[in-house]
Parts: sequence; C-alpha cells; structure tokens
Amino acid sequence: MEDLSVEKVAETMYGMVKDYHGKKNLKATDLTKAMIEQFGEACDKQKCKEAIRVIIDDGRCTYSYVGGSYIVLNPDYHPAS
Amino acid sequence: MTELKHQTPLIDELEKGPWPSFVKEIKKSAKSAAVQDLLGVLERSYEEKRGHWKHGGIVGVHGYGGGVIGRYTDLADEFPGVAEFHTMRINQPSGWFYTSKALRTLSDIWEKHGSGLTNMHGSTGDIVFLGTTTPELEPTFKDLTDAGFDLGGSGSDMRTPSCCCGPARCEWACYDTLNFVYDMTQTYQDELHRPAFPYKFKIKAAGCANDCVAAIARADMSVIGTWRDNIQIDQPAVKEYAESGKLDLQKDVCDRCPTKCMSWNGKALSIDNSNCVKCMHCINAMPKALSPGKDRGATILIGAKAPIIGGALLSSVFVPFIKVEPPYDDFKELIAAIWDLWAENGKNRERVGEFIQRIGLGNFLEQIGLEPIPEMISHPRANPYIFYEA
Ligand code: SF4
Ligand code: SF4
Repeated sequence: MEDLSVEKVAETMYGMVKDYHGKKNLKATDLTKAMIEQFGEACDKQKCKEAIRVIIDDGRCTYSYVGGSYIVLNPDYHPAS
Repeated sequence: MTELKHQTPLIDELEKGPWPSFVKEIKKSAKSAAVQDLLGVLERSYEEKRGHWKHGGIVGVHGYGGGVIGRYTDLADEFPGVAEFHTMRINQPSGWFYTSKALRTLSDIWEKHGSGLTNMHGSTGDIVFLGTTTPELEPTFKDLTDAGFDLGGSGSDMRTPSCCCGPARCEWACYDTLNFVYDMTQTYQDELHRPAFPYKFKIKAAGCANDCVAAIARADMSVIGTWRDNIQIDQPAVKEYAESGKLDLQKDVCDRCPTKCMSWNGKALSIDNSNCVKCMHCINAMPKALSPGKDRGATILIGAKAPIIGGALLSSVFVPFIKVEPPYDDFKELIAAIWDLWAENGKNRERVGEFIQRIGLGNFLEQIGLEPIPEMISHPRANPYIFYEA
C-alpha cells in the first residue's frame, strides 16, 4: 500500500458517503479517521485533505450545514455517463 | 421613500429616538420585493414574539464549504420575497481599510445580485451581504472574485481572521497585526474554505491590551500585543499633564493601576515595571507621556467564545510573551498542534475552550507539548487542573 493514491482514497471516501447517505451525516474528520484506519500507514491526514478536495471539486459531494458542517452527496451531481 | 407593502406599526417604534435605527436603514433600501417582505417578516416576529427564519442546508458556491449561510423564512407563501434570503460573508481587508472605489464596487455587486443590504461588519469581522437567492450565489461569487474579493468562513471552519488597524494608524501597536492576519488568512485558505473542525475557530489579533477587536471575549486564539521591558516615560510630558489640571495623577492614574505599581511624588512618575501587567490604563490616560516599551511582541490566549451554545468564555493565557515576526513559524506550530488534537477528539459543536475545560488544561498542554506556567492560572488556588510536583 506504499503507493496509495489520492484518487483511491477519494473513491473510498465517496463510497463511504454513499453508504451512509440518509443514515448518518459524516464530517471531514469522520472520513479522515476511517481512511487512516482502513489504509493504515499508507494514508495520512494530508492525503485525506487532498482526497476531500477531489470529491468536492469534481462535484460528487458537497458541504452541508446541519448544526455543523458535513460532507454529503451532491444532489446536483449528474455525471455525463 | 418607496411606498411600503406591509404595515409595520411595531417596528416603526424602533425608528424613534436620536439613535441609529436599523429599521430606518432597511426602509431606505426597500426598493426590492425581498426588502419589502423582510420588513413584513420582521413585523410578524415582533407581533408573535418568535423568529421566522431557518438556516443551514446545502447552499454555497462550488468547492467551498463556508462563506454562505442558507436562510429561509417559514412564511414563504406570505412573504415570497424572502423565501430564500441567504447571507454571504466576504473576507474583509486586514484592519478594514477600503478605498471608496472598493466600497462602491461591493455595493454595486450586491445591488445587482442581492437585497443591497449589508452589515459592515459582522462580529467575526467579515463584510456581510444580507439576502439573496440560491441562483444568485455563483454569479455574486464570480463578480466578487473578479474584483479581488473572496468569501470568508462559516460553519465548522477557521473563521475569517481579523485584526485592529494596528501600526497603520495606532502608535500603540506592539506588532504588525495587519501583516499577521494577512499571513494567517493566506496560509490557512484550506481551513477557511473547507470545514474540517468540530466547530468554528476564530483568530483575532489586537495590537495592544486595549483589544479593539474584542479578541479576549470572542476568539479561540487571541494574539494581543504587549511588551516585556519598561514603559517609556517622558517625564516633562507627565509634568505637563499634572500642571494642566485636567488629570489627577494620583487619583486617575496611580490609584487605578490594577497592581498599584506606579507612584507620583509631585515631580516624577515612577513605575515598578516588574509588577506592571501591561493593562494599558496609564498609557491611555497619558498618551503623550507614556508609551509601551521597546521590546514588543504579543501574548497568546486560547479559548474564548460568545454564548451561542453553553455560556460565554474568556480566553486564558497560553504564551505570555512571543515575538510576532514573519514567517510566524511558532504560531503555526502551535496552531497545528491545537487543531490536530481538537479535530481528532473534539465533539460536534465543541469550541476549543470547551474542549479544554472537558479534558482539563493539564491534559491539553501535555498533548500539545506546552509546559504549564504560572501565567496560565487566573486566580491562585482556583485552578485545580495543574498539579505541580516538587
Ligand atoms: S488594539 Fe491597541 S494597537 Fe490596536 S487599534 Fe486598539 S489601541 Fe491601537
Ligand atoms: S500598564 Fe497598567 S499595570 Fe502597568 S503601570 Fe500602567 S496601569 Fe499599571
């Protein structure tokens, strides 16, 4: 797992946001902790920060405020495919 | 004045009297349907003694998690002009210095895309644009960025840092508050725009203990200017104050020194600087005669908050004296250590001051690698969280 890419972390995070959709809101720290737990030493906070940037910037996820800031599925995300 | 759509007898009362009135100001801008209906909702709230606003949700500009606060009225059918009435926070320039051209640009952007109502400035320090709809958010953001402005913070992120006017206008500034805040703002762009904390984190910089930005009462991290050598005294100027008859040096200055470390013998003023707590009182009283020392820096305090959730907290001293010089590496190391610990262990909506209270200052200091020191104790024997071993 030495060469764990940011894209791989982003993909895994996105999967987690999808799994929890409608059940629990996830914060950036929830995603970061879960990724470090899953990927161990190959993952770190910086990589998670970059991965969050990927899923937000490509429009798959967005921020929501419900008494705190959460990362949620973007209802306006409609991939071309 | 534009004719009003709604009768507002209750809030009209707030226009009376010699003081400024926000109702009067809103009425002056009542050209749009949004502002007309805003007055209607406000009147209704006064009638029913309850608010009619909801906030939050998914609303913002692409890529950012802060800077836009979604606001909606629960009376949208009756007041459709404010069905969506979002707030935008714009990062203010350090020290709130504007050219009139910049102010006109901001006003033009907001009249084009929103209600035209602003709050200059919010308690964090941002320029606050009050009231627009979701489709207008991205166009407003584009016009703002084209004009060189950016959004500020909101939600669980680092809020827009703010500072007093510092050395730009004030001879008492013990460090360059403007440059410090500019540097913090640029360094932490990610933390400002992409919420990743348990709750908000505010950094405020005041050039001296007068604390014109109220850092000590509001900021999670206050950086308050101070000095560690002797107050500079111009004795002839002290004498002038005494002879002017406008100031009673004993009563107005010496007796009001909180540590009683000053004395006046009718000819000269002396200060026991080892007992001076740098409160600024005497300097405020005799600005022509006294000024802060030459070895200047700042005190870092942590943990204040206004009472939104739980009670209010004033901040506590963490670092009694630190030189404040670019590239501010010591600050950045301290901030990184605090954020790491709090982000990982803080509860949702728990400010850093509350987090410290919950886990104990001793544990907090140990975790971030700071040694406890006497300055952290606000009252002797009243802070049991630090255990000194002989
Ligand atoms: S806080 Fe001190 S340095 Fe800053 S403007 Fe106020 S008096 Fe001047
Ligand atoms: S700054 Fe405050 S504590 Fe220091 S000498 Fe003046 S009044 Fe006293």
